[in-house]
Amino acid sequence: MAKNIKLRIWRGDANTGKLEDVSVEANEGEVVLDVIHRVQATQMGDLAVRWNCKAGKCGSCSMEINGKPRLACMTQVANYADDETITITPLRAFPVIKDLVTDVSFNYKKAMEVESFTPPADLKPGAARMQQIDVERSQEFRKCIECFLCQDTCHVIRDHEENKKSFAGPRFFIRIAELDMHPLDMLKNRKQKAQEEHGLGMCNITKCCTEVCPEHIRITDNAIIPMKERVVDIKYDPVRWLGSKIRKREGIV
Amino acid sequence: MIDSGKKKTGVFSAGRALITDRTLRTDKWWLQPALTFSVLILFVIYATFRAFENKSYFAEPLISPFYSPCLSTACVEGASHLGTPVGSITIFGLLISPALLILIFPLGFRMTCYYYRKAYYRSFWMSPPACAVAEPHKTYTGETRAPLILQNGHRWFFYAGLVLNVLLTYDAIIAFKNPEGQWGHMSVGTLVLLLNASLLWLYSASCHTCRHTIGGRLKHFSKHPIRYKTWTIVSRLNHYHPNFAWVSLIWVAFTDFYVRQVSSGAITNFYFF
Repeated sequence: MAKNIKLRIWRGDANTGKLEDVSVEANEGEVVLDVIHRVQATQMGDLAVRWNCKAGKCGSCSMEINGKPRLACMTQVANYADDETITITPLRAFPVIKDLVTDVSFNYKKAMEVESFTPPADLKPGAARMQQIDVERSQEFRKCIECFLCQDTCHVIRDHEENKKSFAGPRFFIRIAELDMHPLDMLKNRKQKAQEEHGLGMCNITKCCTEVCPEHIRITDNAIIPMKERVVDIKYDPVRWLGSKIRKREGIV
Repeated sequence: MIDSGKKKTGVFSAGRALITDRTLRTDKWWLQPALTFSVLILFVIYATFRAFENKSYFAEPLISPFYSPCLSTACVEGASHLGTPVGSITIFGLLISPALLILIFPLGFRMTCYYYRKAYYRSFWMSPPACAVAEPHKTYTGETRAPLILQNGHRWFFYAGLVLNVLLTYDAIIAFKNPEGQWGHMSVGTLVLLLNASLLWLYSASCHTCRHTIGGRLKHFSKHPIRYKTWTIVSRLNHYHPNFAWVSLIWVAFTDFYVRQVSSGAITNFYFF
């Protein structure tokens, strides 16, 4: 059954902007992206919003709904009380382009800084054989849809713009973990780079990235903390370090 | 609100959406850090009081986990199961409580624990107080420099914690004696100590460092089937690590409280047989 709901939508650009109130019809079963589209079609023809699949798989419609980083296409209008005003803003960790659209190019720059998969030099195409248990940890991280909600909510860059140059963010820590846990990745200093170049040590594991992940990837428990422990192995554990020198291995067999 | 006289950073940085509120969250985001703060501060006050009280920690055969192992000559008679290797230590003429000699290990284990770090960074340091709620600090370097870089020493406290778990399990087994030292008896105190040791083992076994040490550091699980199997069990426990962290913390305080009440004569340790 249709009902009218109240929205407050942020309108503006990098120089100016404000929250604008609007009332719009919402039908049973609709998500926030549906009502934004209805506002766009009926009241704010120039409202900018990025979207694509409407199925929670493309990661385009990331925004903040009542202050929480969420996918608009996966947020039911029914989650909110009938008399509640739903506040919708762009992601607040990134520069705004227009209305609900932000410039997330920071993330693509960071993606390029992560050293790529490095298989053994003598590995012939199609020659690798792996068991499922050897790749299942990495597979969890491959579910990432790059919505960048984790990057948006991470206080290291959300609350400190100056940290952006030295901190890759949770999305890229799961990428680094995915590679470091891959049986065929041979890059020896991936852990060291994670700590010294990608800013792993800046994470204080407050788990906000895990809380907002729409794919329910256990970013902190399964990627960041294991990577922190791997860094301890090579940097802060003299016994492990000595063992690796004596046995000529990096503890990654 | 934005203070226009200060350098704007974080969500108020130039180029980001001009929104004056630190957060637009409408839920009770402050409740979780407030509860965490309250429980932890209550524990700290109680533990500090008990560590300095230096009495009512032993009632044959029960010993408080705050004072076990009791390694000082200042320990009451019968409480030093491992002897008194450290003698008695005085600072400025004041005798140091035996609890202060050992509490650094469980305290260090919990302080550097990945779960507690989340809990106290949010509730005490407000870094951040909750997700998508702007923190009040001007700068942030995380765990990259002193003193927080010491968080990387968690595994050393984990190892020390395992030794303490063995000793507290020994204390629980000893609690199957009666006050006259005869085996084959069981009291409420026995159950309290047994549950305490069990919860501490669960807290340690579900620890992220334990998970890493058991098998997490491996690249090829298929080459280490036993370690992989153990890793899967620890991983399952790891889901409940926060629960074990809270329950074991509260129960260790209760265990001490129970022993204190028995030792001071406020209550009698009821024997089932």
